[in-house]
Amino acid sequence: MDTFLQQLVNGLTAGSVYAVVALGYTMVYGIIQLINFAHGEVVMIGAMVAFTMINLLVPSGLPPVAIVLIGAGCAVPVCMLVGYGMERLAYRPLRHAPRLAPLITAIGVSIILQHLALMIWSRNILAFPQIIPSRTYFIGGAAITTVQIAILAICLTLMASLAILVYRTPLGTAMRATAQNAHVAGLMGIDVNRVIAITFVIGAGLGAVAGVLFGTYYGLAQYTMGSVLGLKAFSAAVLGGIGNIPGAMLGGVLLGLVEALGAGYIGDFTDVCQWGVPLQACEGGGHFILFGSNYQDVFAFIVLILVLVFRPQGLLGERVGDRA
Amino acid sequence: MRPYFDTRGRPWLIWVGFALIGLALALLPFALTQVGTTWVRITNYAILYIILALGLNIVVGFAGLLDLGYIAFYAVGAYVYALLASPQFGLHLPFWVILPIGAAVAALFGVMLGAPTLKLRGDYLAIVTLGFGEIIRIFLNNLSRPVNITNGPQGITGIDPFTFGAFRFDTPIKYYYLLLAVALAIIVINLRLQNSRIGRAWEAIREDETAARAMGIDTRNLKLLAFAMGASFGGIAGGMFSAIQAFISPESFVLVESIMVISMVVLGGMGNVWGVILGALLLSFVPEILRWTVTPVQEALFGRMIIEPEVIRMLLFGLALVLVMLYRPAGLLPSAVRKRELEERAA
Repeated sequence: MDTFLQQLVNGLTAGSVYAVVALGYTMVYGIIQLINFAHGEVVMIGAMVAFTMINLLVPSGLPPVAIVLIGAGCAVPVCMLVGYGMERLAYRPLRHAPRLAPLITAIGVSIILQHLALMIWSRNILAFPQIIPSRTYFIGGAAITTVQIAILAICLTLMASLAILVYRTPLGTAMRATAQNAHVAGLMGIDVNRVIAITFVIGAGLGAVAGVLFGTYYGLAQYTMGSVLGLKAFSAAVLGGIGNIPGAMLGGVLLGLVEALGAGYIGDFTDVCQWGVPLQACEGGGHFILFGSNYQDVFAFIVLILVLVFRPQGLLGERVGDRA
Repeated sequence: MRPYFDTRGRPWLIWVGFALIGLALALLPFALTQVGTTWVRITNYAILYIILALGLNIVVGFAGLLDLGYIAFYAVGAYVYALLASPQFGLHLPFWVILPIGAAVAALFGVMLGAPTLKLRGDYLAIVTLGFGEIIRIFLNNLSRPVNITNGPQGITGIDPFTFGAFRFDTPIKYYYLLLAVALAIIVINLRLQNSRIGRAWEAIREDETAARAMGIDTRNLKLLAFAMGASFGGIAGGMFSAIQAFISPESFVLVESIMVISMVVLGGMGNVWGVILGALLLSFVPEILRWTVTPVQEALFGRMIIEPEVIRMLLFGLALVLVMLYRPAGLLPSAVRKRELEERAA
């Protein structure tokens, strides 16, 4: 039971970060039906910029929370600029091209961003400074740290503010209108290009925050972190129903839980000894584990494939026509 | 120009041309050894990439399915060869037994991946294949416990070279001829496929799947066939890679490699065999030339190396993908049909 609660806490924390990244995918997809492959790299750049700022500021003696806030405060505008830049240079010219075209430029942008980051921050795994004093609380046998609580709180706030932005403001109305039918939205006086650019910028800003949270939570950052994180967040977006904002939030949290519980229990489930197989390794209460927690990263992909095969519209998505 | 190369009325000229090209290809390794033996090896890898790119071309170029995990099939082929011809399990089967097995296993994986995912729209398919590539790599990395199959991140060493009776392929030049023969066979298969009944069906599926189905084309099976054929070429290339390297580890099968092969296909011209070959040659040789020039130039200019050639190589790949899509979406040597499709819809 303790493992269960503990993995629940860990899964919720990781899942809320996935959810924030997934929002970036889903917003862009919702509005122009493009999988922004390079979104994971934006998250990585957010983490890297914050890493540099935090390292610069640590000797200044400012309170740790202020340092992290400044770090995030620098990461967000940088990422927004990156997001705007790639929309403008790589995606906008191809808006009416066949679907394959922007997907390929997205891969190109992602390679470029990754290797620019490699040039700036080296190929080493960077240890994110752990400056926030962490206290651990216990809830019914599960440990939860201040950092985890902060991450949960920040992610919830971000999701709530995004929901308000999209469903309660004129800009949000414009975004939803553009998503429904860009052409008609244009006829109604909405500057479609501007709305699309703003969507990219907001998604990138959210990605930057997620990058900082990811870095502080796991304590490391590397130029390659964006691809796997991005893929997981994309899986989360698909799980919830891509293009659907509440779906991305739900999908992120669910994916985090599946991953944490999966990694926590797969070893027990695939222990051949408990199936009564007579093996030498099993004698005297030994274990013969087929798949251990080192397969953690596989879960996201399996979820992705299962969802796409059995419920391609996702949990909350509407059925879309097959546009092959 | 025209009078010299006009073969109308002079069909023997074609054969003279073939003979000249054949002679040039046969003598190439000897010319390259004059520059340095490394260049023979580099040429070998370039030919391997041509085989890979042509395999992927069937999937991406002919059938129009964007596969971002293609390197997984290469990995499958490489590991099949490595496991059956190395001290890992003490098996030392001859290569002509293993290569077909590798191709078949890779094709099986292709069908396994394709069957559940081919209903999906193109961009979803891309992501699923990407995930599939990662899954294969994670398994290769971790299948060393509890039973040691792949030897994990350390990889497999001491893989046998190809042997044919007493004849051992032990120098790069011998592999060069073998690779060339395989590459030529695959080029011929590709060219014949393109205008075959199957090739035309793929083209129809790529242009409009619904219309193709209405015309009585079995879209699902043909897409699966494309996946399986592409995968089996990848498997063959993987087996040869394994033998040439004598060492493989999961490191060789990362996402970047998939993207490199995709770049070759896209840059050269999706669907055009000669374009894809050009793309593969360009993207294999330009980085090598960079490697030999960038370091001395930087050292002369700045006194030290500021940007590694590897990074420049990847930046160029990324830039090539973006620029080709923006300015020449059908590639450097476009196939006529592909060009019409990509430019018509872009307009």
